[in-house]
Amino acid sequence: MKYIDEFRDGDVARKIADRLATEARGDRQYSFMEFCGGHTHAISRYGVSELLPTNVRMIHGPGCPVCVLPIGRVDMAIKLALEHDVIVCTYGDTMRVPASDSLSLTKAKARGGDIRMVYSAADALTVARDNPERQVVFFAIGFETTTPPTALAILRAQREGLKNFSVLCCHVLTPSAITHILESPEVRQYGTVPIDGFIGPAHVSIVIGAAPYEHFAEEYRKPVVIAGFEPLDVMQAILMLVRQVNDGRAHVENEFTRAVDRDGNLAAQQKVSEVFELRPSFEWRGLGEVPYSALKIRPAFAEFDAERRFDVGYKPVADNKACECGAILRGVKKPTDCKIFGTVCTPENPVGSCMVSSEGACAAHYAYGRFKDIPVVTA
Amino acid sequence: MNARDDSKGGTVRAGYVRPLDIRNGRIDMGHGAGGRAAAQLIEEIFLAAFDNPFLRQGNDGASLAIPQGSRLVMATDAHVISPLFFPGGDIGALSVHGTVNDVAMMGATPLWLSASFILEEGFPLADLKRIVQSMAAAAREAGVAVVTGDTKVVEQGKGDGVFISTTGVGVVPHGIDVSGANARPGDVILLSGTVGDHGVAVLSQRESLEFETTIVSDTAALNGLVADMLAVCPAIRTLRDPTRGGLATTLNEIARQSGVGMLLDEAAIPVKPEVDAACELLGLDPLYVANEGKLIAIVPAEHGEAVLAAMRAHPRGADAARIGIVQQDAHHFVQMNTRFGGRRVVDWLSGEQLPRIC
Repeated sequence: MKYIDEFRDGDVARKIADRLATEARGDRQYSFMEFCGGHTHAISRYGVSELLPTNVRMIHGPGCPVCVLPIGRVDMAIKLALEHDVIVCTYGDTMRVPASDSLSLTKAKARGGDIRMVYSAADALTVARDNPERQVVFFAIGFETTTPPTALAILRAQREGLKNFSVLCCHVLTPSAITHILESPEVRQYGTVPIDGFIGPAHVSIVIGAAPYEHFAEEYRKPVVIAGFEPLDVMQAILMLVRQVNDGRAHVENEFTRAVDRDGNLAAQQKVSEVFELRPSFEWRGLGEVPYSALKIRPAFAEFDAERRFDVGYKPVADNKACECGAILRGVKKPTDCKIFGTVCTPENPVGSCMVSSEGACAAHYAYGRFKDIPVVTA
Repeated sequence: MNARDDSKGGTVRAGYVRPLDIRNGRIDMGHGAGGRAAAQLIEEIFLAAFDNPFLRQGNDGASLAIPQGSRLVMATDAHVISPLFFPGGDIGALSVHGTVNDVAMMGATPLWLSASFILEEGFPLADLKRIVQSMAAAAREAGVAVVTGDTKVVEQGKGDGVFISTTGVGVVPHGIDVSGANARPGDVILLSGTVGDHGVAVLSQRESLEFETTIVSDTAALNGLVADMLAVCPAIRTLRDPTRGGLATTLNEIARQSGVGMLLDEAAIPVKPEVDAACELLGLDPLYVANEGKLIAIVPAEHGEAVLAAMRAHPRGADAARIGIVQQDAHHFVQMNTRFGGRRVVDWLSGEQLPRIC
């Protein structure tokens, strides 16, 4: 595949691995957080961590959209489908997120809910056009990457005068989540989560640009390297982070110049601010209430806001007691620190949200990295 | 036609039955009621296509003579694919290939098939005829006879056009012992060709997802390929076709069944560039996408080259490759050295990657 294989080249990977081995100082540890689930997935799927020196450790961040979705939000979508008889449309992985009463959207579908997987917000709009006699709700999740398409869907619905389309908006914001992690006691006070720098988001940064991260670099003295989602992007970003740490620098650097610039996609940003405004607070799974970390639909578009159209109030629901997703999402614990990892909690029967999406830290480790936990006898 | 319209004063030939209106006709509940309409449907669509001495006897079952001293193998498969027609095949051909391959993967020569049809009221007779003729052609090509069958009709909304269930019976020649439980550390793992073609071809036709592609399903009967392979190496340990769940899931099944681990070489696994690109776009992993005309063979290392050569000499195995080895591993992990230079587990498919593709 042209334009992709170049970024998966094993020979180049070995060259970067050699540089890393030379440049990473033997007398210290390096801990970097990759914020995005896309990076977590690439690291696991291509075996990137195998190529890193032993003193360079990657901490998986909370940037997996379905992982940070709190149970109460999924409950709202299920309620819409089962009690309000609406067609709920959503992205694939959201279907499997565990909710209250041992339900998930997949299980609610089996109980008769009309729940449909779509590939885009525009597909949900098509469902609404094709079913004029039914109410259709798009259960919109994700970071800044999926927000502009939702904004466009709402704008288009307004233009077409669609009366049966609305959005359950659960869009969240990357910079506030990073701030929240940097402000957490584990990072700030106790130092139990040593973070020497961040691999900055790929697709999110295409939309918001590189500028929003400058604050972290400056204020918290943490280097940020924005990187693409291909394995060589990740390797190169790690090398750039090691160099910044060695030089005592804390800058925003951009490895992903083929797609990201400082300002981002201004047209997309404009559409988003036309349709959405900040929520004063939003609950994240694992991080709890995070101020100004999510978006809601502006009053001017109230008729397309499912939270206003239907009576489905938000009720916070605590995670399963044994589940460590919260600590794992904050980087405090590793998947293998969780007592139910791989036994009670598996991709087939996820207890926590990190086991649902292949971008989740637990699912990625379970699917790709498990062999490292236990000795394997080879022939 | 010799028959003439009564009202015009002509005569109707004795015993004349007006044939089914294939072009405009549709399945109605009467076709499942077991009366004349059902008999006519069977005669004009099914018997006409599958014609063979077993069916001509008109019994409720088939009486089969078993070759002396051989073992019988039996396998069954239900087919619920949507859409019914896809690039490279249709549910009819698929329902023959699926079962013929399941029988062949036991090291058997498939001989006979049964076929059950669950038809939905309102299903066009023209589509049914097309599907049945495609089945018949697939059966002829594979050298098997459809010897018995059944049809039922369900009310509109209670089916999805047509579901087909087939059962196959075959015989295993003396001295052949092929099983998913036979893989041993040190054996080599061979794959007969590119993976992911079928799943991607079907997916490209989905209403919600239509995309332009030249990819066609690989649906095909593999008994001929298996026969050629067994001819050069009767000691083949395991044969299996990686259908639903793809190559990854099938290898995990074998690893568990045999109590072994596996180590694959990603660079050796053939994937068509178009399939790779489509998977990239849709966020799928070709290792988990279904195939309907590929097989995995696990072979003692010393016979690896000979079997691989036999596979490559057969049209259904032209792109065959050696993709890994079997190793000792108490956890039965399938691991893979990635093209990138790392290593990872290739796990079972979890959840459903694609809805209803076979």
